[in-house]
Amino acid sequence: MYKIYIAIIFCFFITPSFAQNQFLLEGGKYHIGNGSTIENAFLLISEGKISYIGTQRPAIDASTQVISCAGKQIYPGFIALGSTVGLVEIEAVRATVDNREVGIFNPNVRSLVAFDAESQIIPTIRSNGILMAQSIPSGGVIPGTSSVFNMDGWNWEDAVFQEDIAIHLNWPERVMFTGWWAEPGGIQKNEQYLKQVAEIKVFFDQAAAYRQNKQIIEKNLKLESMKAIWSGSKRLYIHANLGNAMMDAITFAESYGIKPVIVGGKESWIVADFLAEKKIDVILRATHELPSRQDEAIDQPFRTPSVLHAKGVRFALSMEGAWKQRNLPFQAGQAIGFGLPYDAALSSITGNAAAIAGIGDRVGTLEKGKTATLFVSEGDALDMLGNQVIRAFIDGRDIDLDNKHKALYRKYKAKYDAEK
Amino acid sequence: MKRFFTLYLTLFLIISVKSLTAQVTFPINGVADPREQGTVIINANIHQDSKTVCSGCMLLIEKGKIKAIGKQLNIPEGMVSVDLKGHHIYPSFIEIYSNYGLSEGAEASRPAGGRGRVVQYDSNRKGAYGWNDALKTDYNAFENFTIEAKQASDLRKLGFGTVSTHKMDGMSRGTAAAIMLGEEKDNLEILKNQTAHHLSFNKGSSTQNYPSSLAGGIALLRQTYLDARWYQQQGIKEQTNLTLEAWNKVQALPQIFEVSDKQEMLRAAAIAKENSSKYIFVGVNDAYQKLDEIKKTGSSLIVNLNFPEAYDVESPFDALQVSLADMLHWEWAPWNPGKLVKAGIPIAITLHGLKDKKDFMKKIRQALESGLDEADAIHALTAAPAQMLGIFDQVGSLHPGKWANFIVTKGPVFEEKSSILQNYIRGNAFVISEDPAQLAPGTYDLISAGMSRILEVKKTDKGTEVSILVDTSSIKVTYQQTGQQISMHWSEANQPLQQIYALEVENGFKGQIQSGQEAWSAVEAKLKAAQEPTPEKISDKVPATEPMVLRQPFNGYGWTTQPGQETVLIRNATVWTNTKDGIITETDVLIEAGKIKRIGKNLSASGAILVDGSNKHLTAGIIDEHSHIALSRGVNEGTQASTAEVRMGDVINAEDVNIYRQLAGGVTAVQLLHGSANPVGGQAQLIKLRWGWLPEEMKFEGADPFIKFALGENVKQSNFGDGFNIRFPQSRMGVEQVYQDLFTRAKEYETLKKSGKPYRVDLETETILEILNSKRYISCHSYVQSEINMLMKVANTFGFKVNTFTHILEGYKVADKMHEHGAGASSFSDWWAYKMEVKDAIPYNGLLLQEQGVVVAFNSDDAEMARRLNQEAGKAVMYGGMSEEDAWKLVTLNPAKLLHVDKRVGSVEVGKDADIVLWSANPLSIYAKAEKTYVDGRLLFDREQDELKRTEIAKERERLIRKMIQLKKGGNKTQGVRPQREHHYHCDDILDEMTQYKD
Repeated sequence: MYKIYIAIIFCFFITPSFAQNQFLLEGGKYHIGNGSTIENAFLLISEGKISYIGTQRPAIDASTQVISCAGKQIYPGFIALGSTVGLVEIEAVRATVDNREVGIFNPNVRSLVAFDAESQIIPTIRSNGILMAQSIPSGGVIPGTSSVFNMDGWNWEDAVFQEDIAIHLNWPERVMFTGWWAEPGGIQKNEQYLKQVAEIKVFFDQAAAYRQNKQIIEKNLKLESMKAIWSGSKRLYIHANLGNAMMDAITFAESYGIKPVIVGGKESWIVADFLAEKKIDVILRATHELPSRQDEAIDQPFRTPSVLHAKGVRFALSMEGAWKQRNLPFQAGQAIGFGLPYDAALSSITGNAAAIAGIGDRVGTLEKGKTATLFVSEGDALDMLGNQVIRAFIDGRDIDLDNKHKALYRKYKAKYDAEK
Repeated sequence: MKRFFTLYLTLFLIISVKSLTAQVTFPINGVADPREQGTVIINANIHQDSKTVCSGCMLLIEKGKIKAIGKQLNIPEGMVSVDLKGHHIYPSFIEIYSNYGLSEGAEASRPAGGRGRVVQYDSNRKGAYGWNDALKTDYNAFENFTIEAKQASDLRKLGFGTVSTHKMDGMSRGTAAAIMLGEEKDNLEILKNQTAHHLSFNKGSSTQNYPSSLAGGIALLRQTYLDARWYQQQGIKEQTNLTLEAWNKVQALPQIFEVSDKQEMLRAAAIAKENSSKYIFVGVNDAYQKLDEIKKTGSSLIVNLNFPEAYDVESPFDALQVSLADMLHWEWAPWNPGKLVKAGIPIAITLHGLKDKKDFMKKIRQALESGLDEADAIHALTAAPAQMLGIFDQVGSLHPGKWANFIVTKGPVFEEKSSILQNYIRGNAFVISEDPAQLAPGTYDLISAGMSRILEVKKTDKGTEVSILVDTSSIKVTYQQTGQQISMHWSEANQPLQQIYALEVENGFKGQIQSGQEAWSAVEAKLKAAQEPTPEKISDKVPATEPMVLRQPFNGYGWTTQPGQETVLIRNATVWTNTKDGIITETDVLIEAGKIKRIGKNLSASGAILVDGSNKHLTAGIIDEHSHIALSRGVNEGTQASTAEVRMGDVINAEDVNIYRQLAGGVTAVQLLHGSANPVGGQAQLIKLRWGWLPEEMKFEGADPFIKFALGENVKQSNFGDGFNIRFPQSRMGVEQVYQDLFTRAKEYETLKKSGKPYRVDLETETILEILNSKRYISCHSYVQSEINMLMKVANTFGFKVNTFTHILEGYKVADKMHEHGAGASSFSDWWAYKMEVKDAIPYNGLLLQEQGVVVAFNSDDAEMARRLNQEAGKAVMYGGMSEEDAWKLVTLNPAKLLHVDKRVGSVEVGKDADIVLWSANPLSIYAKAEKTYVDGRLLFDREQDELKRTEIAKERERLIRKMIQLKKGGNKTQGVRPQREHHYHCDDILDEMTQYKD
């Protein structure tokens, strides 16, 4: 018995799912992801889509697999925006890091083509309900273009759900952190702020002009890729954290007729009215964070989501990195403890996250016609005491929920059991 | 008429004499020109010291020294007489903390740091010196001093006559010399060769790696005292060590120690106490925050005048960048000198630290407005520094036999309208400012051949303004006066330019006027009507109001009143006992005098504060086995493979706001660990989160001592960059040999120690020996199974146990071996994939270890996650289904066991410390919030009180910001905001903290 386990586990890989069968989820509590829930309902998955959801049992054919969900909770797949899933395998090992390029303005660089569908991290996060992720490049002022992926696929073409959704812009911060990771330095006021903003303006002016110019002889890949932020096929994601930097950044984008998405938003609670008035979407970065300053309320990062909700700012919760994404549901749960209604917390990693990513018409909620990317949990998936994902579907495919961690657990448990 | 005749003319005479004093042993080129006839000063208000004034007195100077002071002296014939006409004389000031005349050797430049740097492990100094370049004890200022005229002149202008100068470089900076600020010969200016030994916590120009942390710096000083004693008794027979030789010699001198704040001062004072020494401290700008503790050390302080300017906080986003602590310090800082004096702590005042030395008088006046008495200020600038330096027999007051070093001032020295006129060094006067003679205000008849005008002289804020009154208009006259010499010019409409040169006479002036570059004629002005002095405008300055509320710790979340140990009855709660009683509902818990007194149903206690625990959960406080909060200046010494001599207990930062933030997460005790940059790190310190208490008071009393070990990528420096590939070890093979070697050497050391033969007490080896003798326990940073196994084997060989493996993410692979060895595990719940050695980390680690009988804890190693350790414990339920009761022990009872304090804390049991937390929900749930956290029965966090604190912070901020904006509007100087720096240390931070002060 012991030996068999070793044979299985030595090369541990999860096989992507093949078939899109028809499934009927029967009973349970359905968190729609748009603010509502339905108890004791039925959900039918066919051809990769949610073909029915409601309290009447739909008619099904013999091939339909019926899954009893009584007493369980059903959620839209959680969406990890702003991640490095598939781009970074082991943070400290350079050979496994594919999310940074050389250069300052790289809008043409795409995360799409570097996405590793075989990443061992993917099965460890989808087993907590994270079924989609936006993987983003970083570094420089414009690090590149990001895409949204299913957490299941044979290769990047197969895994991508929506390609090239956003160009990212790192807005210069008004204060800078110095030093490197082992030797963190102080914080300094960024004396170059205005100069750096001016440099960005030059780039955008050129991009805007290039777009209008009908007589371009020499093609410029960088400026070419910028066209999409005006045509609307890509959104502009501006990474900014300080209140005044966000205001500057939004005003900047608006001067080019662009409505940006703010990523970061550490101080969005300060400028929430400004954001609400301009109807700016915010992707909040890790709220499992310390306050920015000594005097700040000790739980400000936990409270920020509820402030945005109360002020009517549409937001998603997110965090950086790859492996940590498995804790995304708990970041949403934490916000509930600090004043955010449950459904709003859930929406911030499902419906609203999808809408902000521009894929809300196809995924993010448990509504008829939407892509069947969803999972079944034993309990409240936003709480570690309830998050037990027992079935998950991506594009209607029944997903293997095993992963490297479970395998290693079984392997060593078997060893110790055998030794008993 | 007026003052200046005698005064000015005589002064010029004396100045011309100054460089002619003969110097014995030097040949004379020319004719000998001795002028030692002496000087007598008359009509002076002589402040002999801070308390004694001789009004209208005479002072007799001979050969540079004071011969006599008195109302009526017998003046020998042939003396130069100077009439001061009622001016004041003070002993000139003494700058105790200077690097005057040593500028060449001041702060040497350091090579750039950063990731690519080459690390220097050994000293690169040639010669028979000690091992560490931060100790420059052999340096003597007197051997390197040379007059620097510009610096001397600048100091004299401020009223200084003597300085004690030293090279501000290194942790031991050698000796200072007392220097007078004359400009004759170097030989004559040195007053005393060695006045003090200077020390600091800044390694200065040393490019050597060690020490890179404050904890390492403290260890270096402690070891040096031991080494010096060994050298004197034994070492000197075997070798020459010029550093230790000098160290022993300078011990007889006053010891002056530069620190950056009160906590550092108390740390240094502990070193002094341990070595029967006493330090005089400089740099304790926040001394007012801890007067009692400072007083207890018996130390004298040299206080700086670098009171911060108000911040420019007009933009709300700028205001955000300034902490309440910084703003409050701005308000308190000028009160520091006065508070110290009132507390009975001897002070001297220094210019050191003042960005613009010209602000000296302004800052002194600020201190005077803020509770410092004038006499105390004078004392702190004269007698006090002289006494501290042992030169009071020569300078520091005006008495016969002392050097004639004094200043002449127009009025009482610190008054705004006063000014220093002359500065006498050894009886020679240096003119500092001309007596600002001006025409008396009023109207004058100005008469010359063919011209008659009315001249008006007015005193304004800007000085004296002169104009010609023609009909109803007035024409501005450009006017200048030096001494009695007046020049002025003006031109009237369609008239040629009029220029006057004149000399002041009684009630006017007499001179020559030239009109239109042609005719010259005599001119005379006669006072017609004197102007009545107008009452002075009331200053629009914001008056200095004494700040009254002192928060402990000194920030927004500090206490204005420290919470006491109340008797509290928590009723009807769900109590997670962590005992055989398990989780019991609807239960009451009584705490009294810091202990858990009773647990049961329907308890009552008269006078107890009642807390409703309905629908709430009461647990033992969380204990974080692996923390790096609350540390000052560095978490890693890490510069050598073993730094067992370093103690984290030396660098507790009791004011880190993370202490409070973690109380809000239900944490009540944390182990402060050294980082993981070397196989043997420093000694750990278990503290209770006694927010508002002193570092010493936070230590968990009676707890067993621990030490940090580390294995794997950090100790072999895998991820530190290319500069870090020369230190042994660079592989897991080498790591084992580090241990084998250390323990082998420690055994040999023990043999020598027991033999009774003289030996060098080595703090590092003493610590290793404690491990061997099971008097100190290991918490070892570890990840992969090979290294875990290795360390247990080494321990077995040397006959001790590895108490705890911390991180231990592959512990599940060798859980049986760990159990057999008796090691515990302190792990992360679910971290992985951040580096190569955690590629096999799994969230089932805790469960597997526990199932094999290993005591398992979850820790944070992170200031943020530490406040959610309850949720991390919850993940043990999620991954693999550990029981809730067992999961909760991962962060309470089990770490208490690993730290050997489970008899005191870790469970809710009668007799245990009342370190307990009341939660809003099941504490393992994401929704649970700590509502009340008690440490020793003191309510140190309360969510309702916290809301009040926030309101209070906002109110205080508003008050101070308004005050600063008002000052700026009033034209006062402000400084730009500096974003706050808050360090959150992790295991692998290796920043060199010893090359700069935090400010």
